[in-house]
Amino acid sequence: MSRGMHDLLRRLRHSRDAGLALLTALLLLALAARFSAFRDVASLAGLFDDTAILILLALGQMLVIVTRGIDLSVAANVALSGMAVALLNHAHPALPAPLLVLLATLLGLLLGLCNGLLVWRLGMPPIVVTLGTMAIFRGAVYLLSGGAWVTSDKMTPAFQSLMRHTALGLTLLSWLALLAVAMLALWLHYARTGRRLYMAGGNPSAAAYLGIEAGRMQCLAFTVSGALAGLCGYLWVTRYAVAYTDVAQGFELQVIAACVIGGVSVAGGVGTVAGVLLGCLFLGLIRNALPLAGISPFWQMAVSGAVITVAVVLNARRGAQRRRHILEADAA
Amino acid sequence: MTAPLLQLRGVAKSFGGVRALESATLELQAGAATALIGENGAGKSTLVKILTGVYRPDAGHIDIDGRAATIRSPQDAERLGISVIHQESVVFDELTVAENIYAASPPRRGGRIDWPRLRRDAAELLGRLESDIDPRAPLGDLSVAGKHLVQIARALAIRARIVVMDEPTAALSHREADELLAIVRRLKQEGRAILYISHRFEEIMDIADHYMVLRDGATVGAGQVRDTSLDALIQLMAGRPVAQIFPKLECAIGAEVLRVEGLSAVPEFREISFSVRRGEILGVYGLVGAGRSEVMQTLFGLQRPDTGTITLDGRALAPASPRAAIAAGIACVPEDRQRQGAILGRSIRDNIALPSLARLARGGFTRTARERGAAERWIGQLQIRCRDAEQSVQELSGGNQQKVVLARWLETRPRVLIVDEPTKGIDVGAKAAVHRTLGELAAQGLAIIMVSSELPEILGMSDRILVMRRGRTRALIERIHASAEQVLRAATDA
Repeated sequence: MSRGMHDLLRRLRHSRDAGLALLTALLLLALAARFSAFRDVASLAGLFDDTAILILLALGQMLVIVTRGIDLSVAANVALSGMAVALLNHAHPALPAPLLVLLATLLGLLLGLCNGLLVWRLGMPPIVVTLGTMAIFRGAVYLLSGGAWVTSDKMTPAFQSLMRHTALGLTLLSWLALLAVAMLALWLHYARTGRRLYMAGGNPSAAAYLGIEAGRMQCLAFTVSGALAGLCGYLWVTRYAVAYTDVAQGFELQVIAACVIGGVSVAGGVGTVAGVLLGCLFLGLIRNALPLAGISPFWQMAVSGAVITVAVVLNARRGAQRRRHILEADAA
Repeated sequence: MTAPLLQLRGVAKSFGGVRALESATLELQAGAATALIGENGAGKSTLVKILTGVYRPDAGHIDIDGRAATIRSPQDAERLGISVIHQESVVFDELTVAENIYAASPPRRGGRIDWPRLRRDAAELLGRLESDIDPRAPLGDLSVAGKHLVQIARALAIRARIVVMDEPTAALSHREADELLAIVRRLKQEGRAILYISHRFEEIMDIADHYMVLRDGATVGAGQVRDTSLDALIQLMAGRPVAQIFPKLECAIGAEVLRVEGLSAVPEFREISFSVRRGEILGVYGLVGAGRSEVMQTLFGLQRPDTGTITLDGRALAPASPRAAIAAGIACVPEDRQRQGAILGRSIRDNIALPSLARLARGGFTRTARERGAAERWIGQLQIRCRDAEQSVQELSGGNQQKVVLARWLETRPRVLIVDEPTKGIDVGAKAAVHRTLGELAAQGLAIIMVSSELPEILGMSDRILVMRRGRTRALIERIHASAEQVLRAATDA
């Protein structure tokens, strides 16, 4: 078999990512032709900054979905972790901001670990577990804050401005998202544990024969998702300069949508970092373009929904094309 | 005789009070193949799972190289050099061939997976097996034979000394099976010990040096293959004379009920034609993946044919949905009871009444008493072993679950009954009961289509045998003319 054949097969395999990249590029070109804001490098950097939190959360969600789970509690985790560090900053202004970033991540990690342990040790379905913890985390935000808002005047400037530092035209927040993309892509490709996530999600019983416990891999995925959500808690409250009970309300659905658009299969075992990144950018573009086009917020929701539905239909069709070839090529 | 490479003594394993293995004893010699023979449910797969560390035995000893070995996990098994080639694809369809070969322990450099080396090594292993499979191809694109080859390459990759093969030829064509057996011979020559599980006795006679027969979880016989005969092995396996297993039915065959002509659904099957008459059992034989189930699903309205006609009682039928098929008088007992058949969490009554609710109900309301009456009638008629009609189906044994599913479809009062692998995975006693029931139903005038991969079942039960291979009809044989060799050749020869 020739090398050209190899490459062709490889390209076909990655065609979905390539298709989405093309679609995103076309959308960007169309928007740039119509609106000057999409021609300006600085505002494109701003757009990326705006999508960074979605990217971070979607990366974690992807791991969970790849192992056949779903994490509905990410947005509530964001709210709780964000509120916790905002209150801590208010109560102890002397604590350095990087330490609070770390604490937020650690708290999120613990919350994710709770999800993971419930799924792994008690064998509960991920959708039920995270539906429960989603409500618990939200409730905890209320208990922690007493329903009060932590506004920007109650947070120290250092705490709020850490992620707004820029380098090479991108904010620290954007760099953080890019770093996470690169690290996760490398980890999933080169680390044994990374590969095992795909095996556990792709075929749990086959994984069992290799000594890979699917539940353990799910637990790991939930923990990483939780840690990223914790980090995003800090990022969210400082970016929007406010912490309150309803922070990121319903955002978990956008995160899941970005994964689905990015080609992560809800059946498990399939998903790439590149696809998720593209899914987030695509969603981010739409979210930013529709208001410029003067489309009402209600239509914006409908359009986002339509895009997600189309993505799911395309994924499903791709799966359906795998009908079994039983007949031999040569006619008898 | 040299010391055995692997020795099992008195290995036992229970699951929640059910004994899967009672006392299994096994010896594997280096450079030889040992056939593991037993009926479905005899404990073969439990034994394999113990050898591979998926299950841990409750009792017994495992010696490797004369030393006691404990296999607590699949990693232990791999370390001890034990590898399994599974019947079903225990592989990762979404990953590449190369990654599947090194799934257990990919080559690494500096803590990172060394992809170039992994692909190189995988290509070399496939080359040693004289295969032209592209290591970069996604595994899901491979045929069953290709997947087996990848699993063998996996065994070579971990330098396995003991290779367990669980019905490796079940879904292979004749030529593919021959190629696989050639590889098995090479593995033997290289000094590996092979545990070979198969239902095909001619293969066992061909490839195996030793045999071990498992029945009801216990070793009931072992020895050299050259000192035994086919009949002796079958008798050991069944624990009784063979003729009694499959009751032959003698009943008058009536008018034609169902006729299928030129049915095609490319790429799955093409030009399938047959008919079934009152009181007749039409056996449909073929290897796993020959397209048999797909034809039956088309009859049952689960998918639409491209071309061809279906005639039921002289009227043209084009079932667009299972609902339409049921209404027309076709019932289908699917192969996979757990997934497609019984609704495990519900009672026997619910399960039996389900497709007949419209008839059993009045004015849109279900009538429990009538449902129970129907359920109790079938419990008596099919001798379903249960507490009462309200017992949950998941508490029943496999054979009784199968009877509940059967009763459900009989309650729809079908004209044609399709049964797909009716005795898969149930014990010998329940099997005989299912066979007797099918025979009685035929005698009452039902037309039955029985899809089965078990040759003795097909030969014993069918009036006529339709043999399929690769989505096409290969033969339609009257039972009185049918021989095992003839049917098998039609099913496997290229």
